[in-house]
Amino acid sequence: MEVREAVERHNSYLDAKGLKSWLFTLDHKRIGLMYMFTSLIFLLVGGLFAIIFRTELLFPGKQFLSPEAHNILFTLHGAILIFLVIIPIIPSGLGNFFLPIMIGARDVAFPRINLLSYWIFVLGALMLLASLLFGPIDTGWTFYTPYSANKGLNVFIVSLAIFTLGMSSILTGMNFIVTIHKLRAPGLTWGKLPLFVWALYATSLVQLLATPVLGITLLLLGMENILGIGFFNPAKGGDPVLFQHLFWFYSHPAVYIMILPAFGVISELVSVHSRKPIFGYWFIAASSLAIAFIGFLVWGHHMFVAGMSPVADIIFSFLTYFVAVPTAVKIFNWTATLYKGKISFTTPMLYALGFISLFLIGGLTGLFLANLGTDIHLHDTYFVVGHFHYVMVGAAVFAFFGALFHWTPKMFGKMYNEKWAKVGWLLNFIGFNLTFFPQFILGIRGMPRRYWDYPVEFQPLHFTSTIGSYFIAAGILISLGVFLFAIWKGKKAPDNPWGGKSLEWTIPSPPPTENFEKIPVVKEGPYDFVKH
Amino acid sequence: MEATLEKHHEERHAGLEGAKMGMWLFLFTELLLFGGLFAAYAVFHSVYAKDFEIAHHHLNRTIGFINTIVLITSSFTMAMGVWSAQTNRKNLLNLFLLLTILLGVAFLVVKLTVEWPVKFHEGLYPGGKEFNHFIQEGHKGQALFFSLYFMLTGLHGLHVLVGVLVLTGILIMALRGKFSSEYYGPVEVSGLYWHLVDLIWIYLFPLFYLIK
Repeated sequence: MEVREAVERHNSYLDAKGLKSWLFTLDHKRIGLMYMFTSLIFLLVGGLFAIIFRTELLFPGKQFLSPEAHNILFTLHGAILIFLVIIPIIPSGLGNFFLPIMIGARDVAFPRINLLSYWIFVLGALMLLASLLFGPIDTGWTFYTPYSANKGLNVFIVSLAIFTLGMSSILTGMNFIVTIHKLRAPGLTWGKLPLFVWALYATSLVQLLATPVLGITLLLLGMENILGIGFFNPAKGGDPVLFQHLFWFYSHPAVYIMILPAFGVISELVSVHSRKPIFGYWFIAASSLAIAFIGFLVWGHHMFVAGMSPVADIIFSFLTYFVAVPTAVKIFNWTATLYKGKISFTTPMLYALGFISLFLIGGLTGLFLANLGTDIHLHDTYFVVGHFHYVMVGAAVFAFFGALFHWTPKMFGKMYNEKWAKVGWLLNFIGFNLTFFPQFILGIRGMPRRYWDYPVEFQPLHFTSTIGSYFIAAGILISLGVFLFAIWKGKKAPDNPWGGKSLEWTIPSPPPTENFEKIPVVKEGPYDFVKH
Repeated sequence: MEATLEKHHEERHAGLEGAKMGMWLFLFTELLLFGGLFAAYAVFHSVYAKDFEIAHHHLNRTIGFINTIVLITSSFTMAMGVWSAQTNRKNLLNLFLLLTILLGVAFLVVKLTVEWPVKFHEGLYPGGKEFNHFIQEGHKGQALFFSLYFMLTGLHGLHVLVGVLVLTGILIMALRGKFSSEYYGPVEVSGLYWHLVDLIWIYLFPLFYLIK
């Protein structure tokens, strides 16, 4: 890589001041940050809802929440955290910021569409909140029919809100794919792409191909509520299982929209913070695409007890086992990368290690649910809740925080406080296991999900779970505090604090508005660390 | 300095190739959007084949056929418009864009002033008298047929409307002389969209009007 000329005071994308310079910016870095901060606000909101209903569940019987309020809170918790936080926060937030830089481009392919996508996202988020004015939503984030088919205006508006959020997701996916195809710097072949970019590519494909189906499904659900058509309502000749098929045709791939970017992040963190070339580059890159592809064919495993044919059950079960193969490939490659690496226990590395262990538990418990026999026992119990929180929070949120601390020095040119960031990590790690491990046991013992009350013998496990959630709350608040304090008063960060090799570490921190003074010519791979 | 700025400008944009690729990806999402409804059609047709056949007699085949011709012709004029832009025939471009818009509007006028009002008059819409009658009498498949009919032709009509608005914007740009054989990306890209809208109708017409 060429040596950058010494610049005394380089221009930075943060230089322009004033609200307008942010709201109407076409700079992918600023748009990425706006996405990220919007999602972070909703992370706090959605998390707060969880704390409230977990507190209700401390003891059996009513504490302070009515059953109706409990139903509304878990619905909002799910809808907000999935659609407004976990889906956009890594790809649209950090991905927007780093994708163009990592491929040596000045911006995404369509900067205007990028900004449009952000504002459509905000519009969708506001619609989601506005639906509350038309009556509470207590359908769960899955909106299962026929319960959700006769609710009226509020479900109609939520449907449109999620349709709108989907449009934003589609535009971002389309933008990223074209960007990766058309704007790579000279010499940056597909085999030299950072694995985070590969992961974003696979994510964008899933976003493009799955989201429209969710869009049409929710549009139809909305129409059921205001026009009285009956595609999903047996009273009118419709079929509720059709809704489930269409819903999961998107919502299972959506799980990969949430986890693939996290995989990409972990590949970066593990390699950079152990100063070793990534083990099995092509296997990791290809496994992202394999997961994206197979992920489209497993949706039926959400419906093993919904009355599909046994043949379909067996095929979906087999494919679900099968998707574990490319996933396991990644886990083996990360551990092989760590082997004999020069591991530095920085906060990003701790999050990466946390990710690998939690994701392993999350992934393996998924196999229990892929099995036709055990799934009948575990379906709709706390076991399922535990499983997907291990994957969605233990993995996706941990990857986000790892990425956040990894790239804070680059994004803002400031270092965070390593000690306090580790305190935040420890609270998150302990709290997370304390909250969700007991839920596996609860599920096996028969505790159904989404219930407001439970028999007294489940009390110790529920109590532990709730105490764990307080640890997570403290962990997240401390971590975000460390992040904000770093922006506000952090020490100046060097351009390349971790010794990374991908392109973002070759430019100044914070990056200049145009990213690169001169478009770089790439000769080395992103993980060409000196072997030792 | 001038030269470097121009170079930057080039580097920043993915160009016509990028725009076309973006539009193709977007068209895939459109196919999947309609795909959900086509899947619903397939499911309900297989369950209620008889009801579907009876219900389709309520639709006017002649008008459906006329509208099909209108849309196919508009695809032709659109393609001619793109060709005119590529070969720098600016007056022809204006003419073909105008024709395409007019044909799109004609399609919508037939739909909204002839076809749909008749259905509304007969109570054959979701929530209508005859529609509810179907459900009470146990002919639920006929009710589903009209639900599908209004959802699919409605969603398609919305796409025609968007296409007409986009092409009107393109026509205004064309009248201001923005396009030439050097720069015609927006014409070509919106043409791609228009062809997709046409293509979807070509599937809708037999699915609703020609069941046997």
